[in-house]
Amino acid sequence: MHRYANPARFLSIARPLTGWLFWPGLALLLLGSACGLFVTPADYLQGETVRILYIHVPAAWLGMAGWSGIAIAALMQLVWRHPLAGVAGRAIAVPGALFTALCLITGSLWGRPTWGTYWQWDGRMTSMLVLLFLYLGYIALGNASARQGQQGGGVSQVTAIFGLVGAINIPIINRSVVWWNSLHQGPSITLRGSSIDTAILWPLGPTLLGFSLLFGAIVLMRMRAILARNKVEARMQRLARG
Amino acid sequence: MQAWNFIVAAYAVTFLGTGAVAFAAWRAMRSAEAQAEGLSKRT
Repeated sequence: MHRYANPARFLSIARPLTGWLFWPGLALLLLGSACGLFVTPADYLQGETVRILYIHVPAAWLGMAGWSGIAIAALMQLVWRHPLAGVAGRAIAVPGALFTALCLITGSLWGRPTWGTYWQWDGRMTSMLVLLFLYLGYIALGNASARQGQQGGGVSQVTAIFGLVGAINIPIINRSVVWWNSLHQGPSITLRGSSIDTAILWPLGPTLLGFSLLFGAIVLMRMRAILARNKVEARMQRLARG
Repeated sequence: MQAWNFIVAAYAVTFLGTGAVAFAAWRAMRSAEAQAEGLSKRT
């Protein structure tokens, strides 16, 4: 990992990788969504609304994966002082918050015709809402770090600690449907298999992979923007000093 | 038909939200990199 601590070396990989992630990601996303909307059959119990599965599950996965990424970046910043870890944390926060919000919105839109309500203060929905607030807090702290001229465009140590401590919410979200009674269904996709019929499940693969690749491309674009702004600021300071 | 209203709303919000964040990230990256390049050419 320290091989890519040098921004120039990182950028030599990030520049071509951005397009390689973005375009296949978009194609997979459109293909999977089209198949999920028009090819797969309706569910025998939920009817047509099951089609929200193909965007709701990737949004939930990326909301949680994003914070896991922030926690790993925070650990790398605090323990190994990796110079790009804080930049990565800041770059992940906005798309992570977006997908957490999308998970909540698509879940509500799925819940209304299925459960008869948009919202229920149960373990799964509440812990996911807490994750959204954690993201908003992290973004605010990250922006404050940038305004205070945090070296390298990264985040302060306090922000990194916040990112690490907030990771406690991830296993709570994951186990919430097992620990507490909930309107939300139990785990239907596990390492041991899936309780969803293959005829309905298969477009989830392309949408999951497509959204993940797009997420990666957005993170790389945001990291490149932070590093370029950092370069401009450093040069302006050198020019001002003469 | 009522179910499709919820499906269309869910997909529209998802695609608009993802598109907006991707576009904002791309625009910020392009403008920051152009500024950095312009500055390094000048100096």
